Amino acid sequence: MKRHILNIMLPVAVSAIVFLGSCNKAVIDRTTSYQALAPSNIDLNADTWKPVLITDPSVFTVAAPDAITSPAYVADLNEIKAYQSGLTSDQRAIIDYWSAGAVLRWNEILRDLVAKHNLPPYQNDDGTYPAPNSANPFAYPQFPFSNPPYAARAYAYVSAAQYDALIAAYHFKKLYNRAAPYNIAGVEALIPKSALPSYPSEDAVVAGATVEIMKLLFPTEIAYIEQKASEEMQYRMMAGANVRGELTAGQSLGAQVADVFAARARTDNAGKAIGTPAEWTQLQVTTAARGETYWLSLEAPSRPPMLPLFGKVIPFLFDTTTVKSLRPGPPNLTNSPAFKQEVAEVLTYSKNPTREHQEQVEFWADGVGTYTPPGHWNAIAEAEFVKQNYSEVRWARNYALLNMAEMDVAICCWDTKYYYFNQRPTQANPNIKTLTGIPNFPSYTSGHSNFSAAAATVLTYLLPDRGTKFTDLANQAAMSRLYGAIHYRSDVEVGLTTGAAVGQYAVKRAQTDGAGN
Amino acid sequence: MVLCFFTFLSKTVHAQTDADALMIPKNVFCGELMYDHSSWDNYWEGTFKRNNGNIGTLTTNTYSAMGNYGITNKLDFLFGVPYVTTNASAGTLKGQSGFQDLSISLKWMAFETEIGKGIFTVHAIGEGTIPLSNYESNFLPVSIGLHSTTVSLRGLLNYQTGRFFVAGAAQYIQRSDITIDQDAYYTTEEIYSNKVYMPNVTNFLFSTGFRSLQFNAEAIISQTTTHGGFDIRKNDMPFPSNEMNMTTAGVLFKYTFGSTTGFELTAGGNRVLDGRNVGQSTDFFAGVLYLFDFSKKDKK
Repeated sequence: MKRHILNIMLPVAVSAIVFLGSCNKAVIDRTTSYQALAPSNIDLNADTWKPVLITDPSVFTVAAPDAITSPAYVADLNEIKAYQSGLTSDQRAIIDYWSAGAVLRWNEILRDLVAKHNLPPYQNDDGTYPAPNSANPFAYPQFPFSNPPYAARAYAYVSAAQYDALIAAYHFKKLYNRAAPYNIAGVEALIPKSALPSYPSEDAVVAGATVEIMKLLFPTEIAYIEQKASEEMQYRMMAGANVRGELTAGQSLGAQVADVFAARARTDNAGKAIGTPAEWTQLQVTTAARGETYWLSLEAPSRPPMLPLFGKVIPFLFDTTTVKSLRPGPPNLTNSPAFKQEVAEVLTYSKNPTREHQEQVEFWADGVGTYTPPGHWNAIAEAEFVKQNYSEVRWARNYALLNMAEMDVAICCWDTKYYYFNQRPTQANPNIKTLTGIPNFPSYTSGHSNFSAAAATVLTYLLPDRGTKFTDLANQAAMSRLYGAIHYRSDVEVGLTTGAAVGQYAVKRAQTDGAGN
Repeated sequence: MVLCFFTFLSKTVHAQTDADALMIPKNVFCGELMYDHSSWDNYWEGTFKRNNGNIGTLTTNTYSAMGNYGITNKLDFLFGVPYVTTNASAGTLKGQSGFQDLSISLKWMAFETEIGKGIFTVHAIGEGTIPLSNYESNFLPVSIGLHSTTVSLRGLLNYQTGRFFVAGAAQYIQRSDITIDQDAYYTTEEIYSNKVYMPNVTNFLFSTGFRSLQFNAEAIISQTTTHGGFDIRKNDMPFPSNEMNMTTAGVLFKYTFGSTTGFELTAGGNRVLDGRNVGQSTDFFAGVLYLFDFSKKDKK
C-alpha cells in the first residue's frame, strides 16, 4: 500500500514540475527589436541647416584625416579586420544595439538616467530636507534630483548639443569627403552602407557631445556613460563603418560643440532654481497679499516647493520677456463660486474612479522614479521616428525641436505655477484622495498638460500624416491629472493652451531651419 | 491574510488549509468566513527600515469566503475568495478595494505511517491563484494585490504524538508576468513594455503545538523569499516585482463545538519580524467554520 502511494507520487510530482516550468515568462522590451538605421535620405546639406547655438562650424578643430594610403590608416583598417575575423556573440549584440542609431540610443540612455535619479531626497532627522549639491554629487542625496523641469532641461541640452555637433560634423565630412572603410576591399559592411563621408564619424560626434554635456548634467554617471561611448566606438569599427581615426576626430568635435552648450548651461539660471528659504516664504507673502490661499506642501514632513525659480531659466526658443507674455491669466479665485465648483468636480473624480480612469492616471503618471513626462514624449517620439528612416542629423534635429519646446514649456509652466502659487485640490478639500502621488508644487497650470500639448504640437508638425494622434494623446495625458484628482479642470485646459503656444515656437523654428519638414 | 505589499502568502497560517496537515474526511464540506486585519507603520526600502508620513498606517482588511471538501479521506479540495480593502491613514493616496485572487488547492495526504508512538504523514499540496478582478497592481502600497497568476507546489511533513505535533513545509510558487497600465517602467534599468517579469517565490514554514479533536493551538514561523526582483530605492515608490522577503511568527487557535459537523472557530495573529521591501505588518484574523457532512450517516 505504501509502495503504491509512492508509485503515484512520483508521476504527480513530475507532472507538477513540468506544469510549473511551462509558464512562459519572457518580457520583451520593444526597443530591442529596432532594425539597423538605413536613412531614406542622408541629408547631405545638413551643414547648411540652422544650428541652435554654434555659429560657424569652421571655428572647431578637426585635423585633416590621414591619407588612405598612410600607414596609420592601414593600421586602422587592420584593427577593423581583426575585429571582424572573430566577432563574439556579445560583440554582435553590441552591433545590433547601436546600429539602431546613435541619437536614438543616447536618448534612451538619458531617459534611463533621468528615471534612475528622479527620486526626491529623504528627510533629515529634524524634518528638513537635504538638497543635492552639484559640487559634491556623490553625497546623499546624489546630484541631480532629475525631476520634470530638470529632466526637460537635460533632454533639451543633450538633443540640441547633438544636433549642433552633427551640423558641424557635416561641414567637415563634406570638407574632407572620405569614404567609409567598408568601401575598401577586405572590410565587411555589417550594417547598411551609407554614402555619407565618414570623417569625422557621426556616431562619435553624437557620443562626444553627449559625454561632455552629461558630465554637467549627471556627474555621478560619467564612468557608465564613457563605457557606453566606448562600446559605441567599438561598434562602428566592428561594423566596418568607421576607422579609429574617424572616431577620435568625431568625439573631439562633439566635445568641443558640447562645451558651447555647457557654458550656456552654467549660466542659464537653472543652478539657482531651487531658491532660498527667504524666497520660499516670499511666495506665501505675495500670494496672501493678493487675498488668495497660498500653496502648502502636502508631504510630511513638509517639503520645500520644487524648483520655484525654474521660471527664470533662460529658454532656447524665445527670450525671458516672452515667458512673461505667455503667462496665462490667474486661476479661479479661492473664494469664487467657480473655484468651489472646480473643487467639487475633482472630489467626484476622487470618490468614483473608474478602472479606465485609473488606467489613464497610471499610464501618464510619470512620477517619482520615471523618465518624467518629457521623457514619455521622447519615448512616444522614438516609436514614431524609428519608422521614418531618418538620418542621424534629422533624428537629432527633431529631438532638439521637441526637447527645446519641452524645456521652454517647463520654464513657462513653472513661471506660472510660482507666480500664482495656488493650492492643490486636496489642500482645498482634504477629502480629495488622489489616484497617484501628488506633486510637490502649485497646481496652476498642469505640467503634464503643458508638456503634452507642446510635444504634440511639435510632433504633429513633424509627422502630419499621423493626424490627431499626438493631440489625442496630449488630451488624454492632461485629463488624466483631473481623473487622478491632483488638478482642477482649468489647470488642464489652460495648460494645454500654453503648451500648444510654446510648441508653435518650435514649429516656427522648424519651418525656417533649412531642414524642410 | 494580505501582508502589506504581498498577497501571495494568502493563507500560510490558517487552519486546515493548504499549509497544514489537517485533512477533512470524505464527503465533508467545511465552509468558512474569515476576517483578517493587517496593518503596518514601518516598512523596508531594501534593508533600510523606515516609516512614512505620507502613508501613516497602512491597513488592509480581508474578508474571505473559503471552502474545503473531502474528495476522499486523503484528498481535499480547497478554495478561497478574498475581498480586500486598503487604507493609508496619512498622505493623499486613495485606498483601494475589490475582489482579489481566487485560490484553488488540492491537498493530498500521500503517505502515512507510525513512527514510535506517533503518526508521521507526508502531504503534497498543489495550489493555483488567479485574479478575480482587474484591480490596479502597480499602485503599491495601496494596491490590493499583485495581479499575478500563480501555481505552487508545497511539500509538508507532519509528526503527531499524543496531542503534540511538529510540522515543516516547503513551497515553490511560480508567478506569471503581470500587465501594468504603464508601457515603460524602471527597475534597475528602463524597460519598454507593459509586461513585468515576476520572480518566483519560496516559502518555508515550521509549526508546532497542540492538536486535539476539540482544540488546536500552534505556533508558526514562516520565511518567504523572492528569488529575483530588485530593491525599492531610498524614497522611491514600491513596485510589484520588488524582491519582497519576510520572516513572520504567529499563533493560531481553533475550537470545535461538534464532533464531525457543526461550528468551529478559528483565530490567530502574526507579525513580520524581518523583511525586505515589505511592510512590517501585524495581522489578526478570526473565522467561523461550519462543517457539513454529506456522507452516509452510518459511516459517521
